This record gives sequence, structure tokens and C-alpha cells, in this order.
Amino acid sequence: MIIDPTRTIVLWCPDWPVFAACREAGIDATLPVALIQGGQVFACSAAARRDGVVRGVKLREAQYRSPGLILLDYDASLDVRVFEPVVRRVEETVPGVQLIRPGTLAMRARGPARYYGGEDAAARALLDTVAGLGVAGARVGVADGPFAAEQAARAAGAAGEPPVGIVAPGASAAFIAPLPVGLVVDARTSTLLNRLGVRTLGEFAALPEADVRRRFGAAGAFAHDRATGREQARVLARTPPPEFEVSQEFEPPLDRIDQLAFAFRVRADEFIERMRAKRLVCTGIRIEIDDESGGHSSRSWLHPRWFTPADVVDRVRWQLQGAGTADSALTSPITRLRIVPERIDSTGNHEEGLWGGGPDERVHHGLTRVQSMLGHDAVVTAAIGGGRMLAERQVLVPWGDRAPERGDTAAPWPGSLPTLAPASVFRERLPIGLLDAGGAIVTIDARGAISANPERFALAGGVAAPVRAWAGPWPVVERWWDAEHAKRVHRFQIVDDDGCAWLLVRDDEGWWAEARYD
Amino acid sequence: MTAPLAPADGPSRVEELQARIRGMQATRLDSKLVPTHPAFERVLPGGSLREGTVVSVEGSTTLLMALMAGPSASGRWSAVVGMPEFGVEAAARFGIDLERLVLVPDPGRQWLTVVAALADVIPVVAVRPVGGVAPAETSRLTARLRQRGTVLLVAGEWPGSDASLGVEASEWHGLELGHGHLSDRDVVVSAGGRGEFGRRARSRLQLPGRSLAVEAVDAAPPAPVRLDEYERRAV
Repeated sequence: MIIDPTRTIVLWCPDWPVFAACREAGIDATLPVALIQGGQVFACSAAARRDGVVRGVKLREAQYRSPGLILLDYDASLDVRVFEPVVRRVEETVPGVQLIRPGTLAMRARGPARYYGGEDAAARALLDTVAGLGVAGARVGVADGPFAAEQAARAAGAAGEPPVGIVAPGASAAFIAPLPVGLVVDARTSTLLNRLGVRTLGEFAALPEADVRRRFGAAGAFAHDRATGREQARVLARTPPPEFEVSQEFEPPLDRIDQLAFAFRVRADEFIERMRAKRLVCTGIRIEIDDESGGHSSRSWLHPRWFTPADVVDRVRWQLQGAGTADSALTSPITRLRIVPERIDSTGNHEEGLWGGGPDERVHHGLTRVQSMLGHDAVVTAAIGGGRMLAERQVLVPWGDRAPERGDTAAPWPGSLPTLAPASVFRERLPIGLLDAGGAIVTIDARGAISANPERFALAGGVAAPVRAWAGPWPVVERWWDAEHAKRVHRFQIVDDDGCAWLLVRDDEGWWAEARYD
Repeated sequence: MTAPLAPADGPSRVEELQARIRGMQATRLDSKLVPTHPAFERVLPGGSLREGTVVSVEGSTTLLMALMAGPSASGRWSAVVGMPEFGVEAAARFGIDLERLVLVPDPGRQWLTVVAALADVIPVVAVRPVGGVAPAETSRLTARLRQRGTVLLVAGEWPGSDASLGVEASEWHGLELGHGHLSDRDVVVSAGGRGEFGRRARSRLQLPGRSLAVEAVDAAPPAPVRLDEYERRAV
């Protein structure tokens, strides 16, 4: 059965990932910008492309081609997040919108064309809508089927042409015929077809459909339909997701955290209650705070279980107070507070057991109580990470946050302590003195030789006591190629007169105790 | 601490008697044992940690870690309060499960409140007290510990602790003058307690033993604290 493809409008925003990243980072999108993923260029701006940067190029190569290139990390969720307001605004202009990918929308042409009095007028109304949101350079294509319409949008505005490309009904097959066959099939099939001498969509469409299906299966048949302009995919309008975010403006602005927490309490209740009505729980939120002096702070918070209204208010407080106490005044009064759910799950996955929760749930409640007393960062769990110095091997993660990726724990880390781990690792090294027999400070020359054997050891301000045993220096050299972060220290193990063992460090400034074996 | 029966002034005499009464209460037969490393069998008064007791450990973080390792290995959560320099790597090598370890490095002045809150949910809590503690506060906390069955390990002195351990002498091996590296040490642990464990005793432990190499710990759980030689005498 062959269905005539429906007339479709596609709205395409070129280089959307670059646009979204630039908007988030506050960078001018007309500069050469590239997004990096896995050491390769994922997307780049038009200016970077003029310099010869293309997708898939290695980082070094891209920098070589365009010396002024600004590099940003690619974040797929950011694309979606920044595109969401655009989708909502377009839905207000034209109902029934399908999100093909961030930056590309499809919708049926019939309704809008009738409403606005023609396909061209409808397309221009769409462009005006997105231009109102500050998205420049968007293009619209109208053709039979979403695939042809997207190709029309990409072809439009290419060389000074108007940003609307309309392909007459029934002319879509002819329009896409000269395009390369790789647009509809994957890379392997594309190579194979090229070797068979089928290079364009027109040539691919000329093959008998039964043969294509027999040789390439269902995927091949689907691609063949697209190439012949008889695409059977229809526009599947999305159901706009329910709106959960809450925001509150404060007039006059509030400058005390406890006032703000009290004022926001009702909205937090409403935020959670609205989700509960849909049988959803929230396990991650983003809190955005604007203050009077134009400052903006945004942070994501995770919850090991799910947020209750009190938890939301706690997170607001922690984000505001940083290291201060609850009744301290803020540097600038707060004008607006916004909470966006980031992770939502069905309540069914978070139901308590018939006999109540497990012991770990009780632990979580207890720790949350301590956190609300002392602040989010006061309660931590620990993990062992990579590194040479002992303090940097300890990775402390606030309770409830996700542990950072630690891929380098198993790396050899030349210079790290191989044997016994000290029981006390000082977060801030203690200044000490290591003296030789004559009472002079022991020094280490550039070749790593000590000036004299250490004989006496003293904590800062303490009385020097004899050293019973010692060994060293053991050099630790880090980042010698980087003048700013280079580190060159020497380690010593000593046993003092009380039988207590110390791990000492000698750097450019003097002697320090890094850890104690007590 | 045992209450000496020397003649004393009125109020302190009353306190002594109260301490003795508490001591007798603390050693009820129904207080449950907490799994402790076998090496402590002859060190700790009573042979093991007991639920709801306070053990003060002075002068050695390693000893504290060794005491925490047994309960942690048996699946209990543990918490460390007010010890910012607690070496996580050493704790892991001693057999403390980092997945079930919670640290509160800087509780500030609220440390006692934090300990009380944690004692409700976490069965083994270690704390380094800052400043003095009022007797009323300790007795309230002790009642809470007893009710919840929480073991409180105190790095320092604690008025009215059920047992107290301390390192009297420590001798490191492996490090010489200019060469070698620290490998193991012998310590003399002195232990005392109240009530039936009132006798002061000394034991020799290897803390840590030579077997505590990185490779050995990754394999089968070896004895992190090995009891090489044992001697005990009443003082």
C-alpha cells in the first residue's frame, strides 16, 4: 500500500548545538566556536567552518586550522534544554509539532497553510516566531514528507537565497534526486552502494523496490521510499509535557535566607504536590536564583531517594548560604527563584515496602538531618581516587551527590606511596623542621642529594627531638612540562623519639608533615 | 576507669559511687556483642565490643580503625565525626567498607548534637571531642546509645567510658638510618574498663602487621591486625 506523503513543514536551526552552548556560556555565536566530544569536533560555528574546521576533525587539527577557535564541551542535554522554549513558542503558533531532534521540528503543512493563507506565509510566520526568541538564521522547508522538507530547509538560504525553500507538490522526488545516497542509508551501506555505482538518491530510487528490499531488507526499503519521495512517515505531533517548574518573584527583594525559605515553602509544597497528583516523584532538580545586582546562580541537586517539600527548601538554603550560617544576610537581595525538575520517575519505582523501608533508608534520614544542621557539604562519603599526594587521593563526595568518575585509580602513578597508608592525612600540611647534627635545616639540592643526615625533628613551635630512623628523599615530580602547575617535592619517612612515624614533604618553601602513621 | 575506694570529699565520693553503679549497669548480661576483629579478643575488656558502650581510644588512629573494621565488615554502617585527618585509604586497607562509611569532618561546636543524631541510625560512631563535655550531656547521650545499641568510639578522653584503650609504646620496623621503609610495628596496648573489667591489662599487638601489604588485602581478607605475641598481666 502506498500512501501519498503529506505536505510537511520543517523548521531547521543550523548548528543548534553550537548556538545552545554559546547562549549558555554567553559567547558570541559568530566567533569561531567548536564543540568537542571525545577529543573530536562534534559541531562548529559557521566562522569555524570558514576556517576549515569540520565535524570529526581531531582537536589539535581543528586548533591548527583555526588558531582563534573557542572550545566548549558538548552537552546533549543542554541542546534539549535550550530548545524546549523554542518548541513551546512554536506550539503556540502552530499546533501539532514533532521534535525530530534539538534544532529541527516538523509539522503538517495543511492547517498552517490554510490559516496563514499559503505555505510561504506560514513559513514566514514560523521564522518570525523563532526570531522573536533570538534564534537567528533559522530556515524552513516545505515539501512532500519530512525527509524532503528537511532537505529543502537545508538547501534554502544556502547562497543568499531566501530562508524558505518550497518544493512544489509532487516535485519532491526530482528535488532530492541529485543529493548523495548517504543521506538515507548508514555509512556501510552507503559505501557499498557507491561501489555498485549508485551515488545519488535519484539513482537509488531508480532501482526496483523489490530488489532493494531483497538485498537490503526493511531498512533498505525504508530508505528507498524516502529516496523516491514516497515517504510513509507522518508527522507525529508530540503531547506537550506537563509543566512542573515553579518560580516566584519577590517584591520587594528578600535579603535574608530564613525569610526566603519561609516565603518559598508554599511554592515548594505546590511543586511536589503537582507531581504527586500525576503519580510522579522527582529525584533531581535545578534551582535558579536571580539577585538584584543582576547575578544568576544555577545548580543541579540530586536526591538519593526523592524530594519532599522540606528537601527542596533545604537545597534552596544550601545554594544560597554556601559556607555562611542560616541567619546571615545575603550579599545581594534575591528577586526571583525558579525550580525546574530534572529527573522525574514514577512513584511505582519508589514505593516503600509493606514493612517499611530498609535500614539504609533510616541512615539516609539521619544523615539528611545532620546535613540540614551543618550544610550540604558537611556530611561526606569517601572514595579513593588517583593521584600522587595522599590528600588528593581521597575523594570526598557530599551525601546524596553522585560520585565523580574515577577512571585513573588503577593507573600506576609513579611516585605515589606503594606500601602502608598513613592513618592520619593532614588536609593542610603542618610546618615542621628537620635539622642535622649541627642544628641547620636539612636541604635537598637539584640532584636530589641531602645536605646532611637528619638528626633532629621538631613540630612548629615544639622542641626538637632525636630522629630514630629515616629514609628518603623520594622524589615526586608532577607536570614538569607545565610551568604553572609543575610540582617537585621530596618525601621522607621518619620515626621520632616517641616511636611515632611521620611522612614528611620538602618543597620549595620548606619542610611539611604530610601524614602521620599513628 | 575504676573508682578507687580511697576516702574522698562528699561530692566526689557520690560521683564515684554513681560511676560504680553505672559500671555495674553497663555490663548487663543482655548487652549484645558487636563483631570485632579476633585480635581484640584478649585486648578488650570482655573480649569484644558491646552494643551501647563507650570505648575511648587514645593516641592512635590506627587502633581506632582496627576497632571499626570488624563491625564494618559485618555490614554495619560507621561514621567518623570531627576527624578531618582520618585517612580514608588506610581505613579501606584495614577493611572498613567505604560504601558504608560517613564522614563529618568539621561539625564545629555542634559535634555533640551531630553525634546524638548519628547515633540514632548508625551503629558505630567515632568522634574526637572538642572542649569539655558536661556530665549531664554525656549521661543523656549514654542513655541514647544504650537504647539504640550504638557503639561510641571516642578518640580522646571521655568521662565515664566503659573501656579505654591506649597505646603505651610503639616500635616501627623496616625503617633504618637512611634506608628501608616502614613495614610494620609492634604496639603495647593498655586496656582498662569498669565493673568486671576493672583490671588494667597490657597486650602486644602488631598494628599494622607485615601482612598488611597492598596485594594481600586485595586477595582473601587476611588478618589486618595480627596477634603475634600475647602477654597480659594485672597491674
